[in-house]
Amino acid sequence: MEKKLTCIVCPLGCELVVTEKNGVVSVSGNTCPKGEAYAKNELTNPMRTVTSTVLCEDGGLVSVKTDTTIPKEKMQECMQIINSITAKLPISVGDIIIKDVFGSNIVATQNRSK
Amino acid sequence: MKDLVIIGGGPAGMSAAIAAYESGVRDILILERDAGLGGILQQCIHNGFGLHKFGEELTGPEYAWKYEKRVKELGIEHKLNTMVLDVTPDKVVTATNSEDGIFQIKAKAIILAMGCRERSKGALNIAGTRPAGIYSAGTAQKFVNTKGFLPGKNVVILGSGDIGLIMARRMTLEGAKVHAVCELMPYSGGLARNIEQCLNDFDIPLLLQHTVVEIHGKERLEGVTIAKVDANKKPICETMKYIPCDTLLLSVGLIPENELSKGANVDISSITNGAIVDQNRQTSCDGIFACGNVLHVHDLVDFVSGEAEIAGKAAADYINGRQKDKTNIVINADGKIRYTVPQKITEQKDVKVYFRVNDIYKNAKILVRDGDKVVLSKRKPRLAPGEMEYVTITAEQLKNAKTLDFCLEVQ
Ligand SMILES: Cc1cc2nc3c(=O)[nH]c(=O)nc-3n(C[C@H](O)[C@H](O)[C@H](O)COP(=O)(O)OP(=O)(O)OC[C@H]3O[C@@H](n4cnc5c(N)ncnc54)[C@H](O)[C@@H]3O)c2cc1C
Ligand code: SF4
Repeated sequence: MEKKLTCIVCPLGCELVVTEKNGVVSVSGNTCPKGEAYAKNELTNPMRTVTSTVLCEDGGLVSVKTDTTIPKEKMQECMQIINSITAKLPISVGDIIIKDVFGSNIVATQNRSK
Repeated sequence: MKDLVIIGGGPAGMSAAIAAYESGVRDILILERDAGLGGILQQCIHNGFGLHKFGEELTGPEYAWKYEKRVKELGIEHKLNTMVLDVTPDKVVTATNSEDGIFQIKAKAIILAMGCRERSKGALNIAGTRPAGIYSAGTAQKFVNTKGFLPGKNVVILGSGDIGLIMARRMTLEGAKVHAVCELMPYSGGLARNIEQCLNDFDIPLLLQHTVVEIHGKERLEGVTIAKVDANKKPICETMKYIPCDTLLLSVGLIPENELSKGANVDISSITNGAIVDQNRQTSCDGIFACGNVLHVHDLVDFVSGEAEIAGKAAADYINGRQKDKTNIVINADGKIRYTVPQKITEQKDVKVYFRVNDIYKNAKILVRDGDKVVLSKRKPRLAPGEMEYVTITAEQLKNAKTLDFCLEVQ
């Protein structure tokens, strides 16, 4: 089996080729070791960072992200959770807005004063 | 009177201010027309910033915050909600805000860091009506990410620049359906990783060599007709297809915001639409520097910060009379290499020369010649218009050089 992937770990975007022979997975085309790890993960359990905004109590928005990656197929569900809450002010960069969403925390990426 | 006035408080303006401060200048003023520092990064809530500079992947607002924090720690003066109206060649800045009215400041040195704006031209030569629902991708980004307003539910995107790709994902996550991204060229201008994580992840088709040929709808957009184009970029009639949609996003490129620079009589390059600069990012006007997207459009903010540090440090040297100009080397680009920044070198020291190519090239050789002499030769496995590259020319290589011709040798 041979599969082509684009590494999304850094802006270089290396074109990776993953081959599987007798249960052994090998990766080529990567410029650094992160590419190999990415490719192996991508075949079995693709993970993504989600970034979005959360509504604040004053009607404004604060930008947020998952502080680690979450399973790719959970992205829409994660969005529903993010869109279901209203955050209290004030907020500083790094504050946890929602705990434990698919193994990750939703944290603020902006400051918002009251 | 100020030692240094910086126009624009985006990543370029902030980095330049910090670098100038660290090089000994204290009397600095940043003028920013928005209500906060950070520039365009405030609306770029996605991640992908700072890998080069900080070794970690940050979102736009987080990257901006690192610099804003530093600006505040150092106590660098900045005026927000302040619009600069004019800059003269003898370095008088005219600006306005509601508190001070219209005021003038004379500066010893000025750094231009006004960023860029989106091209909107792409929309003009499409047939049909001009109903509501047509936005530039950056405007849509501002609506969604700072106002929480989703412009529409059924979207077609024209142009595959990074902003368009990022918005395809963003609008999909917020519940819209993106039917297609049409790209006139046979390749995308966006990063490969963005095609993967913004389009492929959501099964959004990227239609290369396609364009929008007609816009339909009276008051609100009802749909667009798209078509494949031939090698001459002419639409092929048989391939026309109607897509119902309520939103059309245009992501057809950025151009430096140089109205002020023109007022200052700074020489502008017809290729980059930004100032022509030397290795210090000094323009043709003594003591006026430029950096960031106002100089040439960058795809990575890390490069913006790097460039701004050069400008900030050089402005400090200029203010303190430490600048030393000795040589005058002109850099020419052969066309395959579209442009270089800097375009001239005035000092014999190691210089990183940044450049962009005009097409996709595989296994090409970059040759830098001084007359018949090859100064530098470097092979690159892949070059693309969307990705900025650089080579370092050493002080030794610059010795006795008059001009440097940047050429691309393709097999
Ligand atoms: C939508 C989008 C997505 C991007 N995605 C990425 C990415 O994923 N990764 C990455 O590394 N880079 C990305 N970039 C690139 C990066 O954000 C930019 O290169 C960088 O922000 C440019 O910085 P700048 O300071 O030159 O310009 P800007 O951030 O545009 O700042 C210019 C500032 O000048 C101010 N200004 C302009 N005119 C005046 C005036 N007359 N008076 C007073 N103030 C004025 C503006 O208000 C603004 O704050 C992206 C850019 C965009 C637009
Ligand atoms: S393989 Fe390494 S260098 Fe290449 S895109 Fe992935 S992380 Fe970047």
